[in-house]
Amino acid sequence: MNPLILRGVRPYGEGDPTDVLIRDGVIAGIGSIEDTGADTDTVDGRGAILLPGFVDLHTHLREPGREDTETIASGSAAAALGGYTAVFAMANTDPVADNAVIVEHVARRGREVGLVDVHPVGAVTVGLKGEKLAELGTMAKAGVRVFSDDGHCVHDPLIMRRALEYSKALDVVVAQHAEEPRLTTGAQAHEGERAARLGLQGWPAAAEEAVVARDCLLAKQVNARLHVCHVSTAGTADVLAWAKARGTDVSAEVTPHHLLLTDDRLETYDPVNKVNPPLRTARDVEELRRALADGVIDCVATDHAPHAVQDKDCEWSAARPGMLGLQTALSIVIRTMVEPGLLTWRGVARVMSERPAEIAGLPDHGRPVAVGEPANLTLVDPDSRWTVRGADFASIAANTPFEGMELPGRVVATLLRGRVTATSGRIPA
Amino acid sequence: MKHLLSTEGIDPAAATAILDTAAGLKQSLEGREVRKLPTLRGRTVITMFYENSTRTRVSFEIAGKWMSADVVNVSSSGSSVGKGESLRDTALTLAAAGADCVIVRHPASGAAHRLATWLKHTGTSVVNAGDGMHEHPTQALLDAATLRERLGGLDGRRVAIVGDVLHSRVARSNVHLLTALGAEVTLVAPPTLLPTGVENWPVTVSHELDAELPSQDAVMLLRVQAERMYGGPAGAGGNGHFFPSAREYSIAYGLNENRLNLLPGHAVVLHPGPMLRGMEIASTVADSPRAAITDQVRNGVHVRMAVLYHLLAHEEETA
Repeated sequence: MNPLILRGVRPYGEGDPTDVLIRDGVIAGIGSIEDTGADTDTVDGRGAILLPGFVDLHTHLREPGREDTETIASGSAAAALGGYTAVFAMANTDPVADNAVIVEHVARRGREVGLVDVHPVGAVTVGLKGEKLAELGTMAKAGVRVFSDDGHCVHDPLIMRRALEYSKALDVVVAQHAEEPRLTTGAQAHEGERAARLGLQGWPAAAEEAVVARDCLLAKQVNARLHVCHVSTAGTADVLAWAKARGTDVSAEVTPHHLLLTDDRLETYDPVNKVNPPLRTARDVEELRRALADGVIDCVATDHAPHAVQDKDCEWSAARPGMLGLQTALSIVIRTMVEPGLLTWRGVARVMSERPAEIAGLPDHGRPVAVGEPANLTLVDPDSRWTVRGADFASIAANTPFEGMELPGRVVATLLRGRVTATSGRIPA
Repeated sequence: MKHLLSTEGIDPAAATAILDTAAGLKQSLEGREVRKLPTLRGRTVITMFYENSTRTRVSFEIAGKWMSADVVNVSSSGSSVGKGESLRDTALTLAAAGADCVIVRHPASGAAHRLATWLKHTGTSVVNAGDGMHEHPTQALLDAATLRERLGGLDGRRVAIVGDVLHSRVARSNVHLLTALGAEVTLVAPPTLLPTGVENWPVTVSHELDAELPSQDAVMLLRVQAERMYGGPAGAGGNGHFFPSAREYSIAYGLNENRLNLLPGHAVVLHPGPMLRGMEIASTVADSPRAAITDQVRNGVHVRMAVLYHLLAHEEETA
């Protein structure tokens, strides 16, 4: 691989534009770089912001099982185009990733595609049924770093306790989809005035908050580490702040859509806006942004969830929950966090890259932009504006609640170990 | 008017126009041997019912036939729906087959709105005949017609809506329509059967039926909708744990003869049906002259004739 020079880039958006030399997958120099010869590749940065490559703790790549909506190849392309260098592929595939065979298959397909480091998430319980622990140790040996029944809550407190406790020996983290199922049977939308008027069965905030509180207590009880998926309510942010203040080893993520959209989207009954946990109120959005800025919520994760058109262009209650996220996440973080002054570009690096890499224990992602560090990098043009067209996404599924929105910020280039995996909206040949 | 999807935000003048048309139709048909008007000759009306229904489906069918429309009934059993066809495909199929109007009942809230979106470019009108827990606008219109008839008007009249408001599309449509027409609505139910945020609705909320009855001009009982109560074993009362037992519900919120006597002499009793006799309404009350339940059904036909007229025959004037 030829040496690569990023010309005129601004690490973390700070200081004057400078050059970055990348050789053998590592940052070899930062400063004014002379041409190293004819065999050097160059990216003209034009003052773009250089950040550590993004890490998504929460992606649904749908393979195996629903390759009509996304594959590891199409999802990897979407990730690279979105500025990601590592993604965690959730376990709710068909068959479920609750054993070493499936997780090894997912990891191998990810390596074959080679656009992004694909880390399989293992199921906490067999078949995501919440009844019996999956073989966490065997899957950890196969390389699994994060376990989750995402899509379902590990609702049995004893099983959750054991999962937290057992995972301590494996140096892995359990990520909980917090949803007390007894409180959300038949739930269709955020339990509030709007859903009540529209006749949509409510998903109460307390169903999330109660499980997060319980799991924080359990994690503290057994001195284990807990990660909370897709925090959606102001109350959960309060619970997390309380738990962290008393020394609980808990981390949490928020999705871009929960930072931007509210339940006023229900009015059309268009299921592109259906997601689990549901879109909440404007106050929740405001509090989630604040919690992310303050570090109460550690990171942004997409919950990228592709669905076929027939599973979305239907009546609300028949639709599947979930939305695409990999190619819009950065722009929404800019819109909701950077533009209002809640995060600097250092902050973006923290919530999109450094913290998720730390939470999952990835040694070569989320590293400083510095000489000697692995060249997993994302180059961002913050001033560019673009209009969302789901049909233009690399994902096979094309439906998105952001359709037609004009958003700030584009990924100029994504580098995985020094190799350009996406540039100017295209995957290099 | 292109569609009738809800009564939320309905223009009181438009609602009154429908009610006036219905009253006129009723008058002109009364006592006639041949109850048939040529108004919708050559128009095709299709009912799509994805939930069980007696009165609403029959009422729409009769309304269409008395207006000389060609009425076709599609139900979820005995159609391609049973083969797994999507609502969207079924709707597009019926529109392509020549439906001027589709009348839809569906368990999903918002189904009629979705249909109107899918049929946007076809010219087919959509009438919501009940979508999940959302709305049932023609029921509210026929209730308003009945109350107007019995009470001489709606402005300033007091109407109590009693029972399972949470799961009731009838309650939602009536709250919007009756308040738009100037009535004062009181919702009476246990807190478990009231919607979130009801305190911000333009209504009074009460948990004490006996306290409300003496000041009401009408009382509307709602069926307890066990089929929409999630979270528990089946069976009246126990289902979803919304209230302890059918017996306790009936004691607190059932309209029995003693309670009937608390109402002013002129007050009317309504029920959208189907009734659970002995639960929310005592048989003697349901069958008493104070009850307008068969009037509601009768007016339902005229109101639905009026709705079809305003959608299909009157469009150039109200578009």
